[in-house]
Amino acid sequence: MSLLTKERDIVIPGEALAEGMDYLPGENTYRESEKIYSKVLGLASITGRVLKVTSLSGPYIPRVGDKIICKVTDITFSGWRIDTNTAYSAMLNVKDATARFIRKEEDLSKILSIGDYVVAMIVNVTSQNLIDLSMKEPGMHKLLGGRIIKINTHKVPRVIGKQGSMITLIKERTQTEITVGQNGLIWLKGTPEGELKAEQAIHLVEEKSHLEGLTEKIQQFLS
Amino acid sequence: MIIVNKETIAQLALQDKRLDGRGLTEYRTPIAIETNISKTAEGSVRVQIGQTIILAGLKMAIEKPYNDTPDEGGIMINAELVPLSGPQYEPGPPGKKAVELARVVDRGIREAKAIDMKKLCLVQGEKAWFITIDLVTLNDAGNLLDAAGLAALAVLKEAVFPAYEPHTGVIDYKTKTDQHLPLIKEPLPVTVYKISGQLLVDLTSQEEDAFEARLTVASDEKGILSALQKGGEAPLSIEEIDRIIDLALEKAKFLRGQLK
Repeated sequence: MSLLTKERDIVIPGEALAEGMDYLPGENTYRESEKIYSKVLGLASITGRVLKVTSLSGPYIPRVGDKIICKVTDITFSGWRIDTNTAYSAMLNVKDATARFIRKEEDLSKILSIGDYVVAMIVNVTSQNLIDLSMKEPGMHKLLGGRIIKINTHKVPRVIGKQGSMITLIKERTQTEITVGQNGLIWLKGTPEGELKAEQAIHLVEEKSHLEGLTEKIQQFLS
Repeated sequence: MIIVNKETIAQLALQDKRLDGRGLTEYRTPIAIETNISKTAEGSVRVQIGQTIILAGLKMAIEKPYNDTPDEGGIMINAELVPLSGPQYEPGPPGKKAVELARVVDRGIREAKAIDMKKLCLVQGEKAWFITIDLVTLNDAGNLLDAAGLAALAVLKEAVFPAYEPHTGVIDYKTKTDQHLPLIKEPLPVTVYKISGQLLVDLTSQEEDAFEARLTVASDEKGILSALQKGGEAPLSIEEIDRIIDLALEKAKFLRGQLK
């Protein structure tokens, strides 16, 4: 019958969002008898008849198509086991790691060794949350030098900004190469001063992401 | 949290630079010392250097003096690296790092003869005050040694005796007197690290993975050394040790300034 929440309201798990059959449960919500409840702590949003909640806390949930930064933890017969900064580890198969032909007896640690960080794309997530990665997409590579910082995964969209506006701003002003992984890991490479400035700017975005006029603040910080 | 490889830190050090933009011999900010944080201890402090946080608590009890020093009290320092303070720590008996931390802080104070142990004796061969300092880390973001040393000295300066009734022999821990410990000297350890041949102080956890050698120098306010502790695999030359001691004395002066 009626909506019990407003657009951009902060809701908590178990909070009723709407009553009656006029609305449909979307992402992070569920229906129980007549009411729609939130599953997570987050911001409510209403698109037409669909209610969804944008989560504000909690771990990263792997999704197909996401570009993530992750660490090689083990070498197997046919590929690498990779830590994705989530509760689940991922597999990177030899055939997905490089376009080059790899002979049977070749030493896999020459390509990627334990402790290396890579940018990879999630190509498959099973119902058991087993993740398959690929490095064949454009922009996927092994990370050399620079530094990697960790941020709250829910702030990643704010760090990137609308059509990448925020990250482009930081890149241009600090002359630093930046790759943002959806799992909250960010790789920075440039001069030591540039890296530090970019790191501080990213942490500022993370901290102040809920405030108005964020882009101006960052512009001011970087100038 | 930052992930970075050791070579990057070593190369930066060669150019007189650090990951967080500090100078090589610059301490992190803030350095904060909060006293009297616990009602039940005779002395308690919380010391923060950057993101590193450590608590120190001091308790006093009356015990029988040791046979070889019948007219002296005693001091004991323990350190605990609780799992809460970093992912590398596990619950259970103290590991190498915790033992070293406690021993280095203890030696700095003991060998400086910082406390007049004879004044702690109440009845020769029978009763004397014994001091226990417990150091508990809340967050390890690097340089626990200096933070622990600062906390131990701060708690020694702050602690007061509990009320004691000599006739009945009862200590009333709930009532505190205004009598402080008989502190003669104020020893403070400063750890100097060597990375790429350069000398650095106040390392962060990332930098601690990359150091070659370290030397902890404990000195009192007059600049008299009371203890040294070497760590790391690389050797140190005599000239380097001279430079380390000069730097440590300078930094001890700076930290002592923060204590007041």
